[in-house]
Amino acid sequence: MSPQTEIVLIAAVVAAACALPGVFLVLWRMAMMSDAISHTVLLGIVAGYLLVSDLDSPFLLVGAAAMGILTVTLVEIVTRTRLVKEDAAIGIVFPGLFGLAVLLISVYAGDVHLDEHVVFQGDLVFAPFDRVVIVGLDLPRTLVTMLVILFLNLLLISLLYKELKLATFDPGLAAALGFSPILIHYLLMTMVSVTAVGAFDAVGSILVVALMVVPSATAYLVTDRLSRMIGLSVAVGVIGAVGGFWLARWLDTTVGGSMVATIGLLFGLAFLAAPERGIVAIARRRLRQRWEFAQTMLAIHLLHHEGTPEAAVENRVDHLWEDLRWKPDFAEQVVRHAEQRGIVRRTAGMLSLTGEGREMAEEALINS
Amino acid sequence: MSWAGLLDDLVFDYTLRTVALGTAIIGVISGVLGCYALLRRQSLLGDAISHAALPGVVIAFMITRSRASIVLMLGALVSGVLATLLILAVVRNTRLKEDSALGIALSVFFGLGLMLLTVTQRMSDARQAGLDRFLFGQAATLVVADVITMAVIAGLAIGLVLLFWKEFKLVSFDPDFATSMGFPARGLDVGLTTLLVVAIVIGLQAVGVILMSALVVAPAAGARQWTNRLGTMTILAGLFGGFSGVAGALISNTRSGLSTGPVIALVVSLITLASMLVAPNRGLIWNWVRRLRQRQQFRSETVLVDLLALSQQHDSLSYGHSVDAIHAMNRGRRGEVRTLHGLRERRLVTGTGDGMWSLTEAGEAEAQRILQENDGAQAALTRSQIEVAP
Repeated sequence: MSPQTEIVLIAAVVAAACALPGVFLVLWRMAMMSDAISHTVLLGIVAGYLLVSDLDSPFLLVGAAAMGILTVTLVEIVTRTRLVKEDAAIGIVFPGLFGLAVLLISVYAGDVHLDEHVVFQGDLVFAPFDRVVIVGLDLPRTLVTMLVILFLNLLLISLLYKELKLATFDPGLAAALGFSPILIHYLLMTMVSVTAVGAFDAVGSILVVALMVVPSATAYLVTDRLSRMIGLSVAVGVIGAVGGFWLARWLDTTVGGSMVATIGLLFGLAFLAAPERGIVAIARRRLRQRWEFAQTMLAIHLLHHEGTPEAAVENRVDHLWEDLRWKPDFAEQVVRHAEQRGIVRRTAGMLSLTGEGREMAEEALINS
Repeated sequence: MSWAGLLDDLVFDYTLRTVALGTAIIGVISGVLGCYALLRRQSLLGDAISHAALPGVVIAFMITRSRASIVLMLGALVSGVLATLLILAVVRNTRLKEDSALGIALSVFFGLGLMLLTVTQRMSDARQAGLDRFLFGQAATLVVADVITMAVIAGLAIGLVLLFWKEFKLVSFDPDFATSMGFPARGLDVGLTTLLVVAIVIGLQAVGVILMSALVVAPAAGARQWTNRLGTMTILAGLFGGFSGVAGALISNTRSGLSTGPVIALVVSLITLASMLVAPNRGLIWNWVRRLRQRQQFRSETVLVDLLALSQQHDSLSYGHSVDAIHAMNRGRRGEVRTLHGLRERRLVTGTGDGMWSLTEAGEAEAQRILQENDGAQAALTRSQIEVAP
């Protein structure tokens, strides 16, 4: 494999691995927890390093994952004191822990290749240089780590799919049926921590947030089914990874940043154009409802005065201003649409209902 | 280095003085505006805004080729406000909740910023060097001109807060009421958020992206514990923030390699932690002591009332009752002996020998008072009379 292919592959695997727990973070309204965790894992790595003095030790990964859990627990403890709200609790806990990590690095580990810069900019470009040989295959270390994490995430989600689904959409029922939502919550947080640690090396912590939250949010705008949301979110992540790679090549810039920009673009697309939930769809629906409502009002108005002595005055286009406060232009347009639909007839400025129009008005009155 | 030595440095060391002044200004302004963020539950907005400022900084540099603080701050301001608008648009128009919207704005803007930053870096324009101080913050690079810029902007922002004090207070606590009173709640909301962006933007280059969010949340959260009044809270938060700024600058000066930002974050976190523990009324320790005291008082009252009930059974106040009898009326509760000793010190009960106890006159009066005050205790007495009666 050429290094370029390897970079694309790593990017895609990282994106897929992050998208899986991300779905539940978005559904559980805990997206910002990924921000907190992806920063505090640095403290876990530092603490692990200070204990074993080896940057490649798997122990660092364990320490980092534990720190992720600790972060979640601390946030919960602070929230439970009811002295501050949850968002403030997150905002208090993680900068403190992160600050501690940065200080520890500068005091005790200043000469090691480990600094706060990795938090922002892990760089995929260097990933192919760090290699391991596994079952005779010479592969980049990051690729192997992330493949394992991806596999674990997949395994966990498919094994606990039913439980996760239940805990997501009806935690009360889940608890009543004996699945502990708290246990599932911590399991998910472990998954987030481990994934964050692995991905952090490759893309930096802020981009971990992007890879967890944005693809899932995009998928959430497009579908109502959990299974489809998971699939779509992985797809968005992978497309973003591959697209980002080419964007980075084209602009000669960092792969991580370009991946996020691409995924952001996909989110923007969904935000604007998602069927049913996009801005455009919402605007169109509102417009349609407006005309629909106006026509129903017209039909009811005509029905109300039909066959009465006032009909000659009331049921004229230029009289609609008096009753419905419609500007002449708008009234004219409504009447024209109603004529096209065949609910209203116009003869010399006089409006009368067709049979269909009468039915529509009566139905609207019954339903209201 | 001694504390007196530190103080000397603060007064006479030009660089340190500049840095400490700068971080103090940052601490004060973010503490003050953080109060409103905390009250409106927008604590994490600060985090999102500070990350989202990056592309604005880079684009401002790309357009003007200038590294002047004011230009870069302007860029940061624009992209910070844009990110806020994006968050609002996402929350208002989709079913995504605030947390996702924040995460999206934060990470996408930041990713974009990183991308652009790397583009400028690879264009090998030497002038871009130092742009990344917006990422990590380098308080040590603050010069007097920066501090003056910061002071002027911060002064204006605080002036606006004072000018619109009543209005901002109203929209923070009850936006609906504000609207019904005819205040432009939406406009005030935007104004407050913009001021928050300003506060963050001022601080970015000195303390960096992540630690800036600590300065927004922590001083306000700490100050909140001490008071229920917005005015006091704002002043306290400003003081906490300013103190952390100075302390951070001083402490990081004692050792090379200590960056100012993380030290400030740690100091401010410690202040908040201490506030949550010891603040009167709300603090955890205070609460704990209060609960302990209430429990003790409840125990004393129960024992007094029980003794009264027993004495009524025997038609004699001075008749001694065993601890076992009292214990039997207090199933599941312990510590009667200790409570009795405490009551004896207050001269409400006396020992009648052989480990028997009875009420004193004062004790009887106290027990009657408790009964009159407390319907629940009355009910308990009735119940115990029924139970004790043969």
